[in-house]
Amino acid sequence: MDWVLDNVALIISLSLDHLRLSVIPIVMGFLVSLPLGWYAHRYAWSRGIVLTTVGLLYTVPSLALFMLLPPVLGISMVSQTNVLVALTLYAAAIMVRNAADAFASIDPAALRAATALGYAQWGRFFAVELPLAGPVLLAGLRVVAVSTVSLVTVGVLVGVPSLGYFFTDGFQRRIVPEVATGVIMTFLVAMALDAVLVLLGRILLPWSHLAIASRVSQRA
Amino acid sequence: MNLFLEAWWWLLSPEQYVGQGGIPQRIGEHLYYTFVAVGIAAAIAIPVGYFIGHTGRGGVWLVGIAGAARALPSFGLMLLLVLLLGVSGRDSAALAALVILGIPPLLAGAYAGVQQIPRSTIDAAKAQGMTPWQVLVSVEIPLSLPLVLGGLRGAVLQVVATATLVAYVGLGGLGYDIIQGIPLRRFDQTIGTALVIVVVALVLDAVLAGASRLATPRGVRVGRLGDVRARS
Amino acid sequence: MRTTLMTGLALAAGLVLSGCATSEDTSQTEAVVVGSQAYYSNEIIAEIYAQALEGAGYEVERKFQIGQRDAYLPELESGAVDLFPEYTGNLLQFYSPDASATEADEVYAALGEALPEGLSALAMSPATDQDSYNVTAEFAEANSLVSLEDLVGVEGLILGGAPELEERPYGPAGLLETYGVSVEFDATGDVTVDALLEGVVTMANVYSGDPRIAEFGLVTLADPQGLFLASNVVPIVSSDMASELALVIDPISKALTPEGLVALNLQSTKDEMSAADIAAGWLEANGF
Repeated sequence: MDWVLDNVALIISLSLDHLRLSVIPIVMGFLVSLPLGWYAHRYAWSRGIVLTTVGLLYTVPSLALFMLLPPVLGISMVSQTNVLVALTLYAAAIMVRNAADAFASIDPAALRAATALGYAQWGRFFAVELPLAGPVLLAGLRVVAVSTVSLVTVGVLVGVPSLGYFFTDGFQRRIVPEVATGVIMTFLVAMALDAVLVLLGRILLPWSHLAIASRVSQRA
Repeated sequence: MNLFLEAWWWLLSPEQYVGQGGIPQRIGEHLYYTFVAVGIAAAIAIPVGYFIGHTGRGGVWLVGIAGAARALPSFGLMLLLVLLLGVSGRDSAALAALVILGIPPLLAGAYAGVQQIPRSTIDAAKAQGMTPWQVLVSVEIPLSLPLVLGGLRGAVLQVVATATLVAYVGLGGLGYDIIQGIPLRRFDQTIGTALVIVVVALVLDAVLAGASRLATPRGVRVGRLGDVRARS
Repeated sequence: MRTTLMTGLALAAGLVLSGCATSEDTSQTEAVVVGSQAYYSNEIIAEIYAQALEGAGYEVERKFQIGQRDAYLPELESGAVDLFPEYTGNLLQFYSPDASATEADEVYAALGEALPEGLSALAMSPATDQDSYNVTAEFAEANSLVSLEDLVGVEGLILGGAPELEERPYGPAGLLETYGVSVEFDATGDVTVDALLEGVVTMANVYSGDPRIAEFGLVTLADPQGLFLASNVVPIVSSDMASELALVIDPISKALTPEGLVALNLQSTKDEMSAADIAAGWLEANGF
């Protein structure tokens, strides 16, 4: 316990670093996956290729990707960029399939109604398709968020400090509270991001509550 | 591009394949940890998932715990367990961390697999006079198979990827040559090994996808409607 | 609803941009940047340098826990990091894997030649933190072991150490060539000492600065044939700052003794003190 009390400042600072290293790939992955997922959904012939390629990416273990990206991109193995690009790729890998499914889950009648009301292509996308795909996208984002937060810790093996520092430093010095703190704080950061996403969902997609409620009543 | 060529040469040199620490040995170690961990996780998660899905009790609980378990960083968990169990227990520590990693997808798959079976189907089976055990074996398990196998595939993927980290506590596996190669600056080794890991993961995934398709009962496959909505 | 959606996207974009902003270091031209390895002992020494410089009126920026030499050496060469505590023998091997020097002064001289343009080594310290092979006291007594030469003929030797030890010139291959001793290898990494104490391995590569050698009564086997290179603590600096920083750092290097370093490490592992506190304590105790 003493260790924790002595190192509160470091715990907070590394948690914030960890948060930053997590949020960037989540947002970038999400933004990249929207057009790709929509494309895969809209043009059915491309769905197989896009999803397979993206699925292949996800099978690559993080440590391996940290080794493979530098020669391909010409960046340093031990840079933040390496970790951020790798994590963005993982986030996109999950989200592209999720986005494709999300857009596929929209009732075509709603889209036709929107067109009938006079919405043009882009307008219809932002005003109707995206919000209706929202709940499924949100579910995917929550999975991505938790997965990304966990993967950031592996960055410590290529010199990018985060809460993962507590794992290796605590392990070296055999200080159990330090390693435990790393595990617990990583867990809390993941839970916090999850809570933020749920909150965002409530604010941006207030009607999705009603949809769930009606579905529940049907089952009973 | 140069580095990839060097890695390719490293992969092609025969000394990597013989004796102590050769690539086949590392693959074997890696697959050992993967299969044992997923096996234990499946033995725990699938029955529990079936039980909760079948009885309908504790579903919310389950989703919550599975989601929370996903948030535990496996790398840190493994190091913590090794510290607590000692060096002689590092095998168990690593396996425990991997098992905890594998449980959520298997649990979710089993639960969802049973949950999505229409009540009417189960009722029909009971109406035909099947005992609860027969319902489980002849109806619920086959019909839930696609989702359960999907969960299995997800679990194997996660565990095979994370098993690269057991090398950090000296347990071998494919991560060993990467962790050894970084301080030695042997990039042909690190990149070459990374490529091997990618191939192993892809092969495993393809095998599981194929097995999943084979194991799905023909009736289930046929019964799945095409995605009509995607067309407009 | 569309406005809330837009606000949400704007919020997200804002988060990303702020993240990008904070990830770029604003380098101050006046501050001295001190770096350290991902090794708690190295961090303590770096912290001592940092506090000493602050005491001498410099502004110091700390970049600690940079994992690999591949990472911080380019930073040192480019001037992004100005000062770094290193170890003569290990660094020499990094630049010249076939280096033949083994004595402390030889190694230091060879290092000076091996360092690239733009990097200089300040005066080295008597304190060492080098690889050494150790056995438990019981094992040493049972087999009458004093030096590595005595290992010949001992059955069932398993050597524990970091994974890269397997490939090092002073690893199993070197043991066989120099002393005629054959060992099995177990990559125990950070749990090497525990593995030795639990009997998972029979001999272990433990850094000479590790306080657990004394704590657990481990016997360091003598190395008469010079298998290991001497590895003294040495500050590596950007050449253009060398003479300036030497004024502050040289006295520190002189004052850091081998026993002193071990004591510092003990404070970190046993007393779980932070590097900053340990460094402050040492500086005060030594009159800086």
